[in-house]
Amino acid sequence: MKKLSFEKLNEFFAAVAAQKTLYLPVDNKVGKAEYKKWESGTEMSRALNTVRSAKDFFFPQTENLMEFKMSGKAVEVLDTREACEDFVIFGVRACDAASFNILDSVYLVDPVDSYYKNRREHGTVVTMACSRPAETCFCGTFGIDAADPAGDVTVWEIEGAYMLRANTEKGEALLASVDALLEDGCEKAVADAQAKTREIMKKLPLADFTTEGVGVGKTKELFDRPEWATLSESCLGCGTCTFVCPTCQCYDVRDFDTGNGIKRFRCWDSCMYSDFTQMAHGNSRNSQLERFRQRFMHKLVYYPDRNNGTFGCVGCGRCLARCPISMNIVKVVKALGGKN
Amino acid sequence: MQEMMQKRAVELLENGTVDRVLGWSVGDFPYDMTPAVFRSAAEVKDRFVYNDFCAANLSKYLVKECRAGGKILVFLKPCDTYSFNQLMAEHRIKREMIHVIGIECFGKADVDKLKDMGIEGITGISMKDGSYTVSTVYGDTTVKAADAMAERCLSCKSKKHMVYDELIGAEGEVVEDCNRFDMVEKLEAMTPDERYEFWRGELSRCIRCNACRNVCPACTCEKCIFDNPNSGVSQKAAVNSFEENMFHIIRAFHVAGRCTDCGECSRVCPQSIPLHLLNRKFIKDVNTFYGEYQAGEDPAAKPPLGKYEKNDIEPGEAGGANA
Amino acid sequence: MQDVKEFRPKIVAFCCNWCSYAGADLAGSSRLSYPADVKIIRVPCSCRVNPLFILRAFQRGADGVIMAGCHPGDCHYTSGNYFARRRMTLLFSMLDYLGIERERTRVEWISAAEGAKFSKTMNEFVETVTALGENKRLEDLRCKK
Repeated sequence: MKKLSFEKLNEFFAAVAAQKTLYLPVDNKVGKAEYKKWESGTEMSRALNTVRSAKDFFFPQTENLMEFKMSGKAVEVLDTREACEDFVIFGVRACDAASFNILDSVYLVDPVDSYYKNRREHGTVVTMACSRPAETCFCGTFGIDAADPAGDVTVWEIEGAYMLRANTEKGEALLASVDALLEDGCEKAVADAQAKTREIMKKLPLADFTTEGVGVGKTKELFDRPEWATLSESCLGCGTCTFVCPTCQCYDVRDFDTGNGIKRFRCWDSCMYSDFTQMAHGNSRNSQLERFRQRFMHKLVYYPDRNNGTFGCVGCGRCLARCPISMNIVKVVKALGGKN
Repeated sequence: MQEMMQKRAVELLENGTVDRVLGWSVGDFPYDMTPAVFRSAAEVKDRFVYNDFCAANLSKYLVKECRAGGKILVFLKPCDTYSFNQLMAEHRIKREMIHVIGIECFGKADVDKLKDMGIEGITGISMKDGSYTVSTVYGDTTVKAADAMAERCLSCKSKKHMVYDELIGAEGEVVEDCNRFDMVEKLEAMTPDERYEFWRGELSRCIRCNACRNVCPACTCEKCIFDNPNSGVSQKAAVNSFEENMFHIIRAFHVAGRCTDCGECSRVCPQSIPLHLLNRKFIKDVNTFYGEYQAGEDPAAKPPLGKYEKNDIEPGEAGGANA
Repeated sequence: MQDVKEFRPKIVAFCCNWCSYAGADLAGSSRLSYPADVKIIRVPCSCRVNPLFILRAFQRGADGVIMAGCHPGDCHYTSGNYFARRRMTLLFSMLDYLGIERERTRVEWISAAEGAKFSKTMNEFVETVTALGENKRLEDLRCKK
């Protein structure tokens, strides 16, 4: 356990930024937190979490895959990948840190997504334990401890200082590189802070929210439930929930004709969109009910089926806060039989 | 208010005047009500809720409901009735299938404003004497209702219902001196460089979730051009700054002269982009160039882009925003 | 070969089939010149010009876009240009509102008999856009070579 006093915070950021590109949550012009590159003078946001999740770092919203150029009758295929630089994401919450495992289980299994893997290898994740969780938080439901997040380094904010603990080799290396700025930390202070956070978590409105009624093997039981009709009735079919979600991992591959070649890129897709399942023969999900059901069945049943019961949700609460019509995974689970 | 609405909805359902009720369903928090269709008196008694956080404009749902048949009861705030009229004008909904109850509105609250004040862990909100008492897991806070009012309600254009079958609460008036063009004027007074900076700063946050489009009561195309693979513009992500600009310019243009300024686009934007400022620019320009026009005021009025005068202003004369 | 290439703007001109396109023909047959930077796209009526066309032209590398149609009152289809006039007035005002230089867009009414006006308008417009330089505010970087 190491300690960094706030007087040395800027020095610390500068030292990290000198070796690797450093990103941290910063308030944007409308006062909402988003990840920005650290530059001298950058102030970290006090917000609990960013509007967009941290998945952007490993799975960006759009990404060029390759390019095609025609010269005469020959087609030239160009790899447009740029060398990925080493980077550090500072201030990731426990929920987002857990979401990386879910993305890994999709992108790092055979066939490995080399674009994703490359970023993952170059990134160091510094997580920040929560001290003031919001009412929309329910990470505990999925066994995530907001007071003890994963990541390469874990940080606790305690009385004008950060306590830092390296969890991996990458984390050790990062802390070793700035060792001159660090003092010895206090395990006891961290344990106290953790106990405090865990107490607060118990008082949150969703503290008792469980995934009872959903999960492994429930496809047949849940698929034709009449509740889907009422739940999806007012869904707008926008992609807000999918795009702010740290675990949604679907993408679309598209070609863009630049007039002098083709750029093939991928971009986030949303199962809420009407063309998500558009194929040559037609569309297999024609109603919003089917699309809506897919999104939640995937997170609550299909994904756990294939991943030893792990749910495809980390309880970050972004969809609860941002859905234009306030329909979300908690309401779905409750309607399908989860304990209220 | 909620009791009166509930009571009337139950009456109308029970006496067979309507088959369904379009309203708001209770959530997990004091502010997350979901628009919902109620099919029985029991459902209304059980789940119907109405408070200052019921902000959604329900008029667009009527397009779908009218296709389902039967008679529908809908609760509309004054601003929603403009959207209703506009949908009527465009033959998207059938008047005879809908029973409109106008509800008096004092402005809606925006929970994001509370959260921006640093209020976290909200467990309850109660209203008394123009203030909200917000209980949280970290203690209680009292906030003046005016400080939590949604941005669009601060420049409310009308408290008068344009259409209704019956009213709950008092009849309001059109707000003559609403300040809704203030920000547009402020932008117009800037230099082009400043305006460009402003809009890049806003639009670059766009994640193309399409919430603004999908919630918009003026966006009722069966297939949007941005979803049509044959249009050449059906991109689903903000791939490039041009795409962001194009999507929002074209969307604003498609609703120009039809947008009633209900403010739903800005309300739902997960990235807090002030999209209404694009629509208001068109509204202001239409007013300046072609005479005062409020979409949704009169369902029989001809839309400004669907008519012309021989002596209309020339594009060159319209000048820049400074003109 | 020169190291520094002189900036030549790309101009897209949407010309209505009945008046302005014929005006361009007349300019040609009267041996009145206009810069080769102007690429004409013939449309059946100025009213055919969808706002998307204007944006698309900018996306694909145009530095200026001009729409030319029949004089108000002379539309081959009676009223097409009146509608187009309202649309373009609002669109160009919106582009200006977003900080995109007002001078990059223009509407001009040019009849089949106005070869001289066609040539003069295009020369002027090219000059204006050349002075503004490359379009940077409504560009699509993917389309740049």
